[in-house]
Amino acid sequence: MKIPDDIAISVKNISKNFILPHEKSNSIKSSIVHIFKRKNKTVEVQRALKGVSFEIKKGEFFGIVGRNGSGKSTLLKILAQIYTPTKGTVSVNGKIVPFIELGVGFNPELTGRDNVYLNGGLLGFSKSEIDSMYDEIVEFAELSRFMDQKLKNYSSGMQVRLAFSIAIKAQGDILILDEVLAVGDESFQRKCYEYFQELKDDKKTVILVSHNMEAVRTYCSRAVLLNNGQIEVDSSDVNTVADAYSKLFVDKTETSRNEADRYGSGELSIENIKNEIIDNQIAITLDIENKTDKSYKEVYVGVNVKSEGSLVAGNHLRYAPGYEKGLTFKPKERKTLIMKFDNILSKNDYVIDLNIRANSGTLNFDTINNAIKINLANPGGSKFYKVQIPFSASEV
Amino acid sequence: MHKNLLQKYRYSFILLKELVITEFKLRYQGSFLGYLWSLLKPLFLFAILYFVFVYFLKIGSNIPDWPIAMLVGIVLWNFFAEITNNGLNAIVSRGDVIRKINFPKYVIILASSVSALINLFLNCIVIAIFMIISDVHILWSALISPFYVLEIFIFGVGLSFILSTINVRLRDTSYIWEIIMQALFYGSAILYPISIISVNNPVLAQIILMNPVAQAVQDIRHVLVNDANQTLWTISGSLWLTIIPFLIVIIVFIIGAMYFRRKSPYFAEDI
Repeated sequence: MKIPDDIAISVKNISKNFILPHEKSNSIKSSIVHIFKRKNKTVEVQRALKGVSFEIKKGEFFGIVGRNGSGKSTLLKILAQIYTPTKGTVSVNGKIVPFIELGVGFNPELTGRDNVYLNGGLLGFSKSEIDSMYDEIVEFAELSRFMDQKLKNYSSGMQVRLAFSIAIKAQGDILILDEVLAVGDESFQRKCYEYFQELKDDKKTVILVSHNMEAVRTYCSRAVLLNNGQIEVDSSDVNTVADAYSKLFVDKTETSRNEADRYGSGELSIENIKNEIIDNQIAITLDIENKTDKSYKEVYVGVNVKSEGSLVAGNHLRYAPGYEKGLTFKPKERKTLIMKFDNILSKNDYVIDLNIRANSGTLNFDTINNAIKINLANPGGSKFYKVQIPFSASEV
Repeated sequence: MHKNLLQKYRYSFILLKELVITEFKLRYQGSFLGYLWSLLKPLFLFAILYFVFVYFLKIGSNIPDWPIAMLVGIVLWNFFAEITNNGLNAIVSRGDVIRKINFPKYVIILASSVSALINLFLNCIVIAIFMIISDVHILWSALISPFYVLEIFIFGVGLSFILSTINVRLRDTSYIWEIIMQALFYGSAILYPISIISVNNPVLAQIILMNPVAQAVQDIRHVLVNDANQTLWTISGSLWLTIIPFLIVIIVFIIGAMYFRRKSPYFAEDI
């Protein structure tokens, strides 16, 4: 299909269904058994993509983000024309160089040199084209001494370096990069990111799939967020997309129905807990309802953040500016309270316990353990501390 | 459009070359004698079969230069077997690459067939040596034997298209094909002259020669080694019957190519 010259890839309304037989019949016996059992043959249709459309302009650094199973790998494979879409069309302007995986077709029995030519051939580069890139590839990989050795004698780090160098030096019009590049040691990762910057500066058309929102924020000029096989956000403001992505990882509140997790006298009760991460702040919204005809004062809410069963952080309404005296409730009154704290959490899984108490904690109205589950894709805090305490420094 | 077409085939050609070179390099990887095995293997096979069938069983003594004709038959049969066996597994064995990168899949089939073709050329050296040693009078008609080699090649590639595609879904294919090949081998007048059968049962001989491989082998024996080797034409004398194996080749190739073309976009997810 003809597409305008300034468009690199045009994707129109693509859907992809996978038919998953519950027992894959790879042999005649099971096929025959299946013929007789046709009635209760269970086939599941998995709808990986449901009507996705977008256009990537030339020179765009296009990010695709989404949680596992959102369909981004399927989309990437359709863009790389590995999969055929069930419905819809993909039109491409230019030569695609896909790196769904590094070192595709590498053969351990061949020398490093032969593998460069084989890998290049698979990517569609002729011998003379590789000849002209060869020295650069070897130099970048820092492997000139080893090129005549068999690949099986390379360390895994050397193999990755060689594969990555081919990926870098292979000059295509449109690069498709899966997050595979995020493997390797720190210096290698730095090399990857320098390479991304270079691609960005050179105005190359790049499609990047990543879980790393830092990389998306830094390099992408546009990104889409996939969720359940559909595009949820498509924006040139990559921060919006990255934030929307982070939000996906905060589970919707489950008010615990388990009696073991909830206890209290019940005069005041917590209802409708909601939780969001906005601008790197964790916001908890909850309704508190007075179920009695009495009034209460100095009611406080406590927040305990736990990880792996132990208390790692927390706070109390008393320490929130303006709430030193707590909340007061008239009979049958219902209030909505929003509490926010900086996202200084680092590890992936947290649970938050909530409680409402009064009278210096001796009256426990309602306590909900494990009220909120948080799974952080991009920690707000450091990698090393479960909680990074607010910190400042100065020189005297 | 024209430029795109050129671009498309350029890619296929680059890939074909690269895959053939790789396959060739890997074939005798780590063996001491290396490519020499391409010559030694048919040589020893021939030596064994010669002793069993010609020396002990005295088969084919009424056909001049029968040992050479038998060698030609064995080499050609191995050529056909190599094309189909390689082709059958070609798609499945490259599954990891197919799942990671898009390229014209038929190139894989072609690459393995071309490797078999290269092997055939090496084997032809052995045949040539034997022909010179046995002082076979080489006929001018030998010049058309490449045409029959091409016939076997196209038939093999067409079958490979079908077999490799079925094999993606049904892995029993290789075992079934092995049995079929075994049956065809003994039913194709490779180890015995077709005249053994045509003497008593010309109809059966003609049925055997409906198999394009058997027919091509007989024709090559006829034009290359000695015209005492019977062909479908000399047995039947019917132009229509003679054409049938060629029609089979063309039909198998077209059906194979169409079937492969229709299914190959889904290889990546089906493997």
